[in-house]
Amino acid sequence: MSKSNKIDRKITFDSSGGSALVIFLGPALGAIFLFFFIPVLAAFAISFTDFDIYSLAKFSRLRFIGLANYLNLMHDPLFWKALGNTFYFVLVAGPLNVIVALSAALLLNSKLVRFKALFRLSYFIPVVTTLVAVAIVWRFIYHPKFGVLNYLLGFAGIDPIDWLGDPLWAMPAIILMSVWKNFGYNMIIFIAGLQNIPDYLYEAAVIEGANRWQVFRKITLPMLAPTTLFVSIITMIGFFQLFAEPYIMTQGGPLNRTLSIVQYMYQEGFRWWNMGYAAAIAFVLFFIIFIATLIQFRLQKSSE
Amino acid sequence: MLIKKILLYILLLVIAILTLIPFLWMVSASFMEDGQASVYPPRFIPEKWTWMQYIHLFERLNIGRNFLNSLVLATSITLISLFFNSMAGYAFAKYRFRGKHQLFKFLLSAMIIPAQVTMLPLFLMLKSIGLINTYMAIIIPGLANIFGIFLIRQYALSIPDSLIEAARMDGATDFQIYRIVILPLCLPILVTLAIFTFMGTWNDFLWPLIALTDNSMYTLPVALANLMGEHTKDPELMMAGSVVTIIPVIIVFLALQRFYIRGIMMGSVKG
Repeated sequence: MSKSNKIDRKITFDSSGGSALVIFLGPALGAIFLFFFIPVLAAFAISFTDFDIYSLAKFSRLRFIGLANYLNLMHDPLFWKALGNTFYFVLVAGPLNVIVALSAALLLNSKLVRFKALFRLSYFIPVVTTLVAVAIVWRFIYHPKFGVLNYLLGFAGIDPIDWLGDPLWAMPAIILMSVWKNFGYNMIIFIAGLQNIPDYLYEAAVIEGANRWQVFRKITLPMLAPTTLFVSIITMIGFFQLFAEPYIMTQGGPLNRTLSIVQYMYQEGFRWWNMGYAAAIAFVLFFIIFIATLIQFRLQKSSE
Repeated sequence: MLIKKILLYILLLVIAILTLIPFLWMVSASFMEDGQASVYPPRFIPEKWTWMQYIHLFERLNIGRNFLNSLVLATSITLISLFFNSMAGYAFAKYRFRGKHQLFKFLLSAMIIPAQVTMLPLFLMLKSIGLINTYMAIIIPGLANIFGIFLIRQYALSIPDSLIEAARMDGATDFQIYRIVILPLCLPILVTLAIFTFMGTWNDFLWPLIALTDNSMYTLPVALANLMGEHTKDPELMMAGSVVTIIPVIIVFLALQRFYIRGIMMGSVKG
């Protein structure tokens, strides 16, 4: 009896089951629909209008202007600057993050090491801390005269560098800080991936006389491929949204060398109230993240 | 073997020092008197330990108010979203309805949309109903989220149907089953999600920067960023502000790190 009851329940819903479903799904899906999907669609619509500070005061001033915002973006040198900076950041900090995370995971996975939990904890601490607070800390660490970094580099005979004030060094400084802040997250995922590689694969390789590098190339890396893909994608998506680091440490300067896409969107949208234009910038960001994710999947497939 | 082991430990120690130095310097500088962190060579230990920076922050700059804002917002968003997400996650795991898998897949693929896309219309929406610069402006976009639903669903899938059936045979209503059977069984994943949400809200910057316009409403990160504009030459004061902001998340993390790490693993299992 109980068995048939169970099947009935699952396939056809009586009215009580249906209303339970509404109660369970309603609040979450309603909130996500109202405050996520509707705004996404609205932003798309706004990006085809000249929504600015005048329309903010009076809605009827709003005009449909087609692709004008997107076309203007194509001729906006500051937009290209922000785009270039963001790509510079993602393409350097992303791979660097993954390499540092994987190296740390390999070190911590070694059978020779004790106190693993303690090391893992200290590498992970930057991940959970507040980005704004650590960006402020690093701003002082990077201080050209009194900063700890230049002091330490002094021992290696390196002359003081104006990390955040020099157009050449500002972005590398932000990259360094971001890798420091974020590698622990990927490291945890890599450690889990490494532990999932069965021991017999390594044992077989050793019996066949493979050296360490060959084992790493032929066993560890291929077995980690899905993990690496996942880690690369989440890192990239996060890094494309660079904002707080330049906002706190450089305000986008010097000479706009660290201005990011999100920061440009914030300035256009919430400082100058060019909301139509800002919405177009937001959609370009979305489009880039979407394409970049597709490319990562393709690369992964073709290498298999 | 021994040399290899020593090398390995040296390397691990060097990385540990590099990851921790900024925090050690932050804490140390926050206990220095004005100007003591702006000297060459840099000091790593205060000449004279003092609470003056913290007193300045709490008594003159009223940062206690910002701390309270952060605490109230992070706590209320955690509780509300935990409730909403757990109900939806349970429904996706254990109920059958038409289009369920398509709907779930659609939600998952929508996770690629960056939140920044929603911020302009959200701002306009909240402004039109007078909610900008209120707690509600921060709570509303945090009511529920797809990642939370996903985590709960993955976990709830492993709950045997027979438990739910037994409760139903005993005459429990759907909501009673959720409350008495499902929630206790999901406790570990609820703790995980609670930490993620609490820390995420506590650390969030861009949206509070947009939606809160008054110093007394600012959360800690926004208040800090604002303070930085006026105190670029006061590292000691700014370090005290950073300590106040970071300490709560570090405490939550240290107390519950097992659950936090599990969340990262679960999120990565089915990427």
